[in-house]
Parts: sequence; structure tokens; C-alpha cells
Amino acid sequence: MRSVMKLELSRVVQGCRLGVLNGLGKTGQHCLEVPGCLLYTRCATVPHLTQDTLLTLSDLPSVTQVTVESLAEHQEVLEECKEGVRKFAGLHNTVLFCSLHDSVNPNPAGHVTNKTVSVWGSGGRIELTAARFMAIQAAIQPDCYQSMADGETWQANSSRKRVRKAVDRTLAHLDECLMLHQKTQELKQAEIFGVVEGGDIMEERLRSTRETAKRPVGGFVLDGFHSAAMNQDVRGQLIQAITAELPHEKPRLILGVGCPDQVISCAEAGVDLFESFFPFQVTERGCALNFNYTINPDPETAGTSSPTVLELNGETPAVTEPSKNGDENMTTFEINLKDKRYQDDFRPLEEGCDCYCCQKHTRAYVHHLLVTNELLAGVLLMLHNMAHYLGFFRALREAIVNDRLQDFKNRVLSCRERDVSFK
Amino acid sequence: MAAPIAANTHERESSMASLKAVSSVAPLALRIVAECPVSKARACTLTLPHSTVSTPVFMPVGTQGTMKGITADQLEDLDCHICLGNTYHLGMRPGPELIEKAKGLHGFMNWKRNLLTDSGGFQMVSLVELSEVTEEGVTFRSPYDGKEILLTPEQSITIQNSLGSDIMMQLDDVVSSTVKGPRVEEAMHRSVRWLDRCMAANKNPDRQNLFAIIQGGLDAKLRKACLDEMTKRDVPGFAIGGLSGGEEKDDFWKMVTLSTDHLPREKPRYLMGVGYALDLVVCVALGCDMFDCVFPTRTARFGSALVPWGSLQLKQKQYAKDLQPIDPDCQCPTCRRHSRAYLHALFKSDTAAMHHITIHNISYQLTLMRSVRQSIIEKRFPEFVKAFMKRMFSSSEQYPSWAVEALQSVNITVN
Repeated sequence: MRSVMKLELSRVVQGCRLGVLNGLGKTGQHCLEVPGCLLYTRCATVPHLTQDTLLTLSDLPSVTQVTVESLAEHQEVLEECKEGVRKFAGLHNTVLFCSLHDSVNPNPAGHVTNKTVSVWGSGGRIELTAARFMAIQAAIQPDCYQSMADGETWQANSSRKRVRKAVDRTLAHLDECLMLHQKTQELKQAEIFGVVEGGDIMEERLRSTRETAKRPVGGFVLDGFHSAAMNQDVRGQLIQAITAELPHEKPRLILGVGCPDQVISCAEAGVDLFESFFPFQVTERGCALNFNYTINPDPETAGTSSPTVLELNGETPAVTEPSKNGDENMTTFEINLKDKRYQDDFRPLEEGCDCYCCQKHTRAYVHHLLVTNELLAGVLLMLHNMAHYLGFFRALREAIVNDRLQDFKNRVLSCRERDVSFK
Repeated sequence: MAAPIAANTHERESSMASLKAVSSVAPLALRIVAECPVSKARACTLTLPHSTVSTPVFMPVGTQGTMKGITADQLEDLDCHICLGNTYHLGMRPGPELIEKAKGLHGFMNWKRNLLTDSGGFQMVSLVELSEVTEEGVTFRSPYDGKEILLTPEQSITIQNSLGSDIMMQLDDVVSSTVKGPRVEEAMHRSVRWLDRCMAANKNPDRQNLFAIIQGGLDAKLRKACLDEMTKRDVPGFAIGGLSGGEEKDDFWKMVTLSTDHLPREKPRYLMGVGYALDLVVCVALGCDMFDCVFPTRTARFGSALVPWGSLQLKQKQYAKDLQPIDPDCQCPTCRRHSRAYLHALFKSDTAAMHHITIHNISYQLTLMRSVRQSIIEKRFPEFVKAFMKRMFSSSEQYPSWAVEALQSVNITVN
């Protein structure tokens, strides 16, 4: 029997779909609000966090993302464990979504064939046929998973011929996965998400979308749109065209998009679900998210509040003065805690944040942990950044509920504009 | 002195007799809860400014104001009541001024329980190549900016006063335990002189305890002379120093037992740098109360999990499909949730694997010491030692002879 996953939309504002994905999990008791994100993991662990520290986060997403990439090399022990990765990894009570790649890791090109895709584990490349891919899914036992896909055509210079081939292969993989899915006892209650490919070629994107939507999939994965792939306008147009073709009642998950401004534009283009690798990337560069996403609850006074709120407690953003420790990937949504200015800053990472790090520790302490290369830095930053990121999604949903999406967008984007004005 | 008190009378209570034994000025109170009628082992409660510590106690080392990837709350949940910070590291980064501004090391790392800081001298001698000891202090070149720095006993105490630790250690003249000859004697006498300078420099004797460190290398005469001198001083506690540095175990335990023979019963005894399970159990039998070592947390980061029968190298392939917890009898958060196989897998991709094993290893050390304490209170410490040895070694032929002899010297026969 198929599970009863169902997306119930309550409203659509400026293209943003607000709703609840119901009936998730083996017994259908979980739900996930959209727009929302999945909980990012590597080897089924949120990076740096143990169960104790993870559970200090309030309102964790009910869906945890695992990847074939990080679990393929553990296929045998997962099979012996018999109860899937949830049991193997000692995960909390969570729904599992399994995708192919980890969006944080670059995937070397040139290893896709007609019949196979490759992932890289700690021991090197693992080549997957659809059969092997499905055997791994059976070992992982996710609640939802993306079908196997040729996702190599995101580069701007991919030829039309190569893109067409990627779409064809991905559809063929989907058919094989669907066929094997039916025969796999362990996946009886799981949902397959079909993968939309097509690079930056509109007609291939549309073909991929229409063909995928004809198949019995539970939802859709939009692949090849990650931040480095193409300019935002092209991406926006492609995504809008895709979502226009997709059935309303099925969820759309985009891979590789994490930056808050891009999340908002994708949500406006009709995307429901995102990954949460972005707070991990911010953590790895020693930074803390502290962009403001709070909008005044009273529309009457909106826009009249003191603009200093936007200025990170009155500071100039760290990014305008790149420090020696600066990371070129740093965005305007974060502060670089390795910067010397935080050495004697005894404020929390973010005033008013209720995460463990902000409740217990100061910027000066995290700065110290970073400069001394202490492991606790990763733990505390991961907790804060994940908390902040989850708060951002919560605020996005509230803004849609309260008809304040434009104010919300202005508030979030003011970070970006402020940076531009400094240059 | 009061007779050993039964297990059910807890910290709160204390007889007049045991109160009298406590130093009248120091912010420390030691109450002897039970003494082993066979060996020199004892169970005490040590009241310090931030909380009460049950001894024998293992103190994990949080060198730079953090316990190696685990949070202060996780450490509290393991029922840890005292841990270490290193004065040398913290004095360099972030520096005493900043820590003072942060309301001491307790405030800086947000740790509500007790802290012990070392003097900084040991790291200078062990970590810094170009260091020179004179009567004034230890001169060394900063590894951060190359500047020459002189650490005097007064400066060590000034920094430790800024850190605000519950127990401070005197600056001592550390000589490798394998060195012999006049240098050892010089270092011992200098350590006594430096103790006096440290005591005079302590600005917070009302809230920070200063421990003396017994030196004298492996020479019984020098140790005894040092004990005689230092025990004349009214310090709140004593450490046994200059050991655990690669000397023969036969020499090591004899110096330990000589020291405890001459240390005052009413003051805590801290054996520095000892943390292997066997050494802990033996040295408790020899009368030590407090221990510290980086080993359990350091070895955890290399994938080594401590168990009652030794250790498991979880990165080894043999654990790839082993679905048991590290120790099926262990109640730590790691063993309650994760298998050896998962930790083996996680070690390839994330630091959390280290955190899981660090938690387990600290839990192992603290649980071991709690069991030791309970057995002392219940008057079955010798039986505990025998069972411990049996579990740790596959046969009595495997028992290290130094441990057998050391235990025999306090009337515990293990084979």
C-alpha cells in the first residue's frame, strides 16, 4: 500500500506556496510545513552534533535528509542491520528523505554513463547502476527518495545534445527505479521523487518536467540549479516554467539552493522544499548567520522602526572589511567570528536568539574556539546557524500567512543591498 | 579523627572531628567518608567554591577552556564536578585580561562547577624547545610571536588569579622523571622556594586554593626532604608531581606510596598526569584522591574507546559490521544510542564521531572512579580491585608485576 503523503496548500502569495505536507513517515503521523527545509546530515549525522546537542534545537524539521553518496560505502552493514539507516545511525524519530549527492561536495564530472552514475565515498568512487542504487535504497529504507539521475548538465557550456541525453537517461532511470520499487519489500511504503533535469535549456526542462509528471511519483526534485550553476534570472524563469507544469498537490524540492535571498526567489517561483546545507557551509568558514528576518508584527508601524536594527547591532557588516581569515564564499548574511573585532565582544552571536550557543556563550568565546581550532567551535556554530536558518523559514511562512511577504523580503534583502551600497 | 562514616551519610553531614582537621582559612573542606581497612584507599568529599567533589576523582582536561568538542552541559550531565584548564595555553590565548573581563574562566567557558588550573610551567618545559629555568622563573620564547617571556611564580599565580580557578597549582621546577643527578635536587629545593613565592603572591586565598607540588624525581631521599619541607606550609592540598613522564613503573609507584605515607591525612592528594585505568585503581589503593590526564579525551579523538577489558580501536575494519554498543554495560549517551559499526562509519565523515567517543571515555573514567569510591565506602575495595584486574587482563599472568607489587604493598593480593 502506498503511503498517504499529501500536500495541502492553504494559500499562494506572490507565487509562494504555503501549506503542509501531511501523511509523512511509515505510519503517516509526521508533517512538514512548506516552504520549509530538510535537516542536513552527513552519514546521517547533522555535522558536529551528537543527539544531545541536536535536540537542544527547537522545532527541528520533521524530515531528515540523508544521501546515497555518504551511505553507499556502508551498504553491507546497513543490510545486516536490517532496519535501515534510522536504526543504524540511532536517529531520532524522523522522516527520511534520501538524495543522491551531498550538495556541499563537488562531484567530479565525466563519470556518468548511459547506465550508471557515480558517487564518491571515503574510499573513492562508487559506480551505481539503477539496480545497485535501488539495493542501496532498500538498505537505507528512506520514507522518500529521489530516483537516480544524470545531474551533470548544470554547467553553462553543456551542449544541447548532452542536456537532451541527461533528460533521456534520467527518465530511463526513473522508469527502472519505479519498476524495481514495486518489487522491493523494504520500500513498500516509500515515495519516489522524480528528478527534473535539462540544464539551462528551457525546452529540455519542460520535456523533463512533463515526462516526469506523467509517472507515478510522489514529488519532484529540481536538480541542476545550485547557486553556481546559472544566473538568478535564468534560474527564476526556468523554475517558474517547470512549476507551472507540475501538479499542485505534489511537493517540489530544489537541490543546491541555500542562500536566503535565493531561497526566497525560488519559493516565489513555486518551490516548496529546500536543503539545509547552507548553515553547515557558514559554520565551516567560521561564520555565524545573523541577518535580520524579523518584521514588525504591526503593519501600521512597518518601515518606521529604527533602521539601526538592520545594521547588525549598529556594526558595519564584517564582509565590507575582509579580514585575513575571510572566506571568499562568505555572504552578506553572516559575520566572520574569526575576525579580531569579536575577540572581546561579550554579546551572544545574535541578540534574542534562543539557541544553545547564544543562550550560553559569547562571540568572544566562539572567536577563541575558532582561533585555537577547538572542536567546540563547530558544535556551537552549527547549533546557532541551524537555529537561525530554521527561524528564517519559520518567518517566511509567517510572512505569507500575514500577507507580509514583501516586507519580509525587503528585510532579508536589506542585508544584500547594504553590502552593495558599501562598495 | 572520626571513624569512617557509612555510605548513607552524605555530604551535608560532617562530624566535628573531621571539621577540625580542615584548614581553617582555605576555601576547601575535605571530609573523609570512608577509609579502606586493608589498603590506603579512601573516599572523601571535597568541598570547593563551586561545588562538592566526591573522591577519588578523575578530572578531565579542557586545555583551552573547552572540553574537546563536548558542551559544558554534556559534561555536567556526565556528573563531572571538576575539570582542568591549562594556564600556559589560556595565558597565551585569549590572555588573562580578557578572561578576567569575562568573569574568570568559569564565566568565559560558562562552566558552573570547579576548575583546576596548572601553573603553566610544565607546558613550557614540554612544549617549548627554548626554555631556560633560573631562580627568577622559566624563560621561554612564545610560539605565537617569538617574543621572549619570563614566567615567574608570581606571574603564574597572577594569571591563575585572573582565571579564577578553584584550585591553582604552584609553579614548580619540572625536571623530566628520567633525569638523575644534582639537577633533580636543585629543582626540588627551587620548587620549595617557589611554593613560598606562590603563596605570598596569591591575591585570593579566600576563594582560590593553592596546591603545593611534591618534587624530588625518583630519589626517595629527595622526595622525603621535599615532603618534609612542603608539609610545614599551610597549603590546602598537595600534588605529587614529576612522575608519569616515562619513568619505570616500579619507580613510579614507590614514589607515589612514599608521598602518601608522609602527606597529612586531612588534606587532598592529587597525583598529576595519571589517567590509565590500572594506574588509577592502583594509586587509589596507595592513597591518592585526585587525578588528571589528557589520555582519555586525546585517545578518543583517534578512535580509541575505553572499556573494562582495555580499549577498542573503532577505526579498525573489524568494527565495520559490529552492531553492539562500545560497552553493552555502559550507560553513557553514546552507548545507549550508537553501535560500534555506526561510530566506525561516522569516523570517516564527521567530527561528531570523536565527540561520541570523548563522551564515552569521560563517562568511563568517571564511572570507574564512582565504582571505586562506592567499593571503598562499602568496605569491599580489595575485592573490587581483584575483579577489576580480572576483567582488564585475560589471565593473572598478564598482570603487570609493578601493579601486583604495588597492590601487595598495601595488602591487596591479586594473584
